Amino acid sequence: MTGIRRTGEVLLKRSGQALGVALAVSILCFVVVQRLPGDVSYRIAAGRYGYDLVDNAAAAAVAAELGLDRPAWQQFGSWLAALAQGDLGRSLVTSRPVGEELAFYLLGTLQLTGAALLVAILIGGSVGVLAARHPGSLVDHLATTWVASVRALPPFLLGLLLVLVFSVQLGWLPAVGHGNSTSLVLPAMTLGLGLSGLVARVTRETVINVWSSSYVQFAHTRGIRERLVLLRHVLRNSAVVLVPYLGAQAILLIEGVIVVESLFAWQGLGHALVHAVFWRDIPMLQATALALALLVVSLNTVVDLIVLRLDPRPRRAGALA
Amino acid sequence: MSTLSLLPLESRTRRRRWVPATILILLVAFALIGPWVFASPFAQDLSRYLEPPSLTEPLGRDEYGRSVVSRLAHATRLSLVLASLSVATALLLGTTLGTMAAWRGGWLDSVLRGISESFVAMPALLIVLLFAALAADGSLWALYAGLALAQWVEYFRVVRARAALILGSPAVEAAELLHLGRLHVVRRHLLPELRPLLLTLASLGMVTAILAMSTLGFIKVGLQPPRAELGLMITEAFPHYDAAPWLALAPVVVLFALTVSLLGLRRKEDSR
Repeated sequence: MTGIRRTGEVLLKRSGQALGVALAVSILCFVVVQRLPGDVSYRIAAGRYGYDLVDNAAAAAVAAELGLDRPAWQQFGSWLAALAQGDLGRSLVTSRPVGEELAFYLLGTLQLTGAALLVAILIGGSVGVLAARHPGSLVDHLATTWVASVRALPPFLLGLLLVLVFSVQLGWLPAVGHGNSTSLVLPAMTLGLGLSGLVARVTRETVINVWSSSYVQFAHTRGIRERLVLLRHVLRNSAVVLVPYLGAQAILLIEGVIVVESLFAWQGLGHALVHAVFWRDIPMLQATALALALLVVSLNTVVDLIVLRLDPRPRRAGALA
Repeated sequence: MSTLSLLPLESRTRRRRWVPATILILLVAFALIGPWVFASPFAQDLSRYLEPPSLTEPLGRDEYGRSVVSRLAHATRLSLVLASLSVATALLLGTTLGTMAAWRGGWLDSVLRGISESFVAMPALLIVLLFAALAADGSLWALYAGLALAQWVEYFRVVRARAALILGSPAVEAAELLHLGRLHVVRRHLLPELRPLLLTLASLGMVTAILAMSTLGFIKVGLQPPRAELGLMITEAFPHYDAAPWLALAPVVVLFALTVSLLGLRRKEDSR
């Protein structure tokens, strides 16, 4: 009963946030497009036909096609109205509906983020648990150094490093591309390793805390084997702390997606966004920016719901903020 | 009370902080003096294509025969100046709005909180990217505005939460009973309590800004060539990785030193 009500509260709060984000991104995109130097339609026409072939007639045609000749508030209104109906327009580069393209790129981004999260949790989690089991040991010190160096390396440098080692020196993995399964490895490793430092540190702290708790000690007293205590009691209770923490990193993850996809030419939303910027593909740009921002909110929603499931203890109102 | 218990920790961390502080001072000095000492970062000399480092040219020359050390100095200055300006703007804006929201409460608080709820869910890199990429071809103003707009919400949220606590404390209540005025409360109660928090946030913000800038440069949607910028220098050097590894190494080392020293300046207990 209360569980359902709290789920509803989470969904309501997050949808409000999603609406706010959608509005903010739309306004931002719109203002930015309005402030473009020179005649936007001329630029777009030039991008389409080449700078030698473009003339004022072509620019006027583009302006009429995009509705750029109308006053700003009308343009904004019609973009919002179309958005509410799920119509995102057509890409200026490929002429295909933006919705279709978006679905394709979203799949790529979800594959990448899923694989990256897996890497982060597997590597960060095991490093964290190892460090927590032997505090002050060599493993612990190595883990601390690892966490600090990953924290200071921006994703693009980490990616370059991985490319140099695994593609250039060892020749094990393809550096760029999209399609076969091996091309996912390096981008996912880059994103995942970047996050794994944070995961390792939080895991270490929580596992140490949980390990010294009374219920774990009681489990030991009952004679339950070490491994079972770790799996049943420690990991599950640590997850209650770790999952919301991961949720707070969703923004970092999406920022990383933009960089890593561009670096490795992985066909995802970030790559599409950067391309749209390059080609001044305004409908595509608005849509990808919107999708990326909404992805952050959706990730946070999923995390909220998982936390509700993992931790059924009643909590204070507003504790989920 | 808190100062007493924190004293040993404070002195311990302070001793450890001289390493990052020295690195940072050296980098700032390089950024301030370098552009005056070395030749123009744009002067090309194609006969000195990919010249290796030497005594007169400490970091060699790039694929257009431009002096790498001079470009590096300009890039470092650009990073530091733009990051400090945008962080200062975000800090001022966020702190002012946060204090106002905590003080006035009511509709102002609700409106500002609603806006911040949306901003907090938006990736900073996305905002900066939209500004930098579309406003003009590599305009510094756009980058500055984008960086400031992407960061103000952090200061707003922290200041609002902390200021609400401080304003409700018995000390502030006493000050109000004594009719000491708002300025007194701000100067004697708010600012001293907020200062350490804001300093930590600002050093983190500098890292965010510097990294965002170089990331955009790296994926070629930020500042445009021929401007000397750390991220741009890294991408431009990469094709020559085999023939001239120092070209890419120099900006990478500077970028890494900048972020590590800024992160190292934070107090230990604030480390996130």
